[in-house]
Amino acid sequence: MKILVPVKRVIDYNVKPRVKSDGSGVDLANVKMSMNPFDEISIEEAIRLKEAGKAEEVIAVSVGPQKAQETLRTALAMGADRAILVMTDEEVEPLAVAKILAKIAEEEQPKLIICGKQAIDDDSNQTGQMLAALLGWGQGTFANEVDIDGDSITVKREVDGGLQTVKLNLPAVVTTDLRLNEPRYASLPNIMKAKKKPMDEKTPADYGVDITPRLTTITVTEPPVRQAGEKVEDVDALVAKLKAVGAI
Amino acid sequence: MKTLVLVEHDNKNMKDATLAVVTAASQLGEVHALVIGSGCASVAEQVAKVAGIATVHVADDPALANQLAENAAPLIASLMDTHDAFLAPATTTGKNIAPRVAALLDVMQISDILSVESEDTFTRPIYAGNAIATVKSSDAKKVITVRGTAFDKAATEGGSGTIEAIGGASEAGLSSFVSDEIAKSERPELTSAKIIVSGGRALGSSEKFEEVITPLADKLGAGIGASRAAVDAGYVPNDYQVGQTGKIVAPEVYIAIGISGAIQHLAGMKDSKIIVAINKDEDAPIFQVADIGLVADLFNAVPELTSKL
Repeated sequence: MKILVPVKRVIDYNVKPRVKSDGSGVDLANVKMSMNPFDEISIEEAIRLKEAGKAEEVIAVSVGPQKAQETLRTALAMGADRAILVMTDEEVEPLAVAKILAKIAEEEQPKLIICGKQAIDDDSNQTGQMLAALLGWGQGTFANEVDIDGDSITVKREVDGGLQTVKLNLPAVVTTDLRLNEPRYASLPNIMKAKKKPMDEKTPADYGVDITPRLTTITVTEPPVRQAGEKVEDVDALVAKLKAVGAI
Repeated sequence: MKTLVLVEHDNKNMKDATLAVVTAASQLGEVHALVIGSGCASVAEQVAKVAGIATVHVADDPALANQLAENAAPLIASLMDTHDAFLAPATTTGKNIAPRVAALLDVMQISDILSVESEDTFTRPIYAGNAIATVKSSDAKKVITVRGTAFDKAATEGGSGTIEAIGGASEAGLSSFVSDEIAKSERPELTSAKIIVSGGRALGSSEKFEEVITPLADKLGAGIGASRAAVDAGYVPNDYQVGQTGKIVAPEVYIAIGISGAIQHLAGMKDSKIIVAINKDEDAPIFQVADIGLVADLFNAVPELTSKL
């Protein structure tokens, strides 16, 4: 079976985002960009399923600018077999991304689509669920553990208060949480090999999807800044201070 | 505007997360609540008493017992013919179901709202709370998830909503519930606790976490949280994690112990009323947001604090 894994190019996890002074967004000029960390976990899981003999092919997809190629090359270096870049310089909302992915799924007929649970730029946490709805498939969100058995997949999900296990018929959509696995680093030989792996280039129009945004961003501002308080000398002073502010 | 609020519950009791959503919905218009579950009549009765609720729609069906998104979303989407906005709490249940509803309605969801600016304009956090976006939706129907800590809780008494049973639920045949591993605890839930004691990687092991953090939490009647580092290191289960990718909390008092204060952690707790930090590194970023800081070895300071409270 084939596994489809969407990946997004986002600001690097370790970079502190800076809001532009005109309030139009976050400054991404000359900022290090990387693969969304949840998507790395998705690629890793797909590769592990392939290594375990449960899947034959892993296809990475990205919807984004030309430079998203680099993100797809990273996915290929990790072990994905081929890639599809759906190129656009517009900002694409989760709903439109889900529509494009649904069209790709119709063409490629994967048995499983593994998405990151959210992208660390817009923090929407929507694409996987929307994609499952559009395809009429089951969804295993916030996965902590997955197990494929014949025509079904068992997904242990991270939920408030603990874990929930659900069983889904295949094909299905899974979204990954942090503890599903620890993604590998691509080795140098694999990075070289990845350059030769096939990458298709498409556009949203090729799939007949209208990507006009439904949400307009009016302004982006800094969050209110919290001021540091005071440091106390010892535990007695801490207890006194806690009492003084009515904390206990 | 007629709103529909998804009630968070366990088929017996309504969860507090619902109340902040009711407040957000009341800023948009008339508030209707939706209870989906199985054998959930007691939940509907509790919801009917919440101040400001006009009607409680109850879909009581075995197919909805575990609120699987595949079964819940089509039912909710069908109710949107007669409602203008669907609001769910930004809990794992809400986050699982709402986008599925949005896609069925061809609507772009507005996730994790912090405020209602007008009937189509909202603020929401992006980049792990490092920026706040004000967004305007052009969709005719709105699908929204609500950050619980950003809105006051509606009163649990004083309402007299009408309870109306609704049918039309069915088994989608795509998924099934297998099991739950929900921690049974007498402790307050993190998202509704008044005080939270939270531990970080500096604790070093699950034994030490239990030995140092638990007695203090017991003494204060507090919920227990942890940094991602402590969860990843296996000191505590994942549902303890406070942070952008874990739980977002805003208690009256948040006591961070041996937590350095990574951006991702701060995003999950910086709206707490009073932040207390105990850390032996005086340059730890946590001290930049703490109201009260103590630079000390936690293994000495915390037991001493516990004994002196």
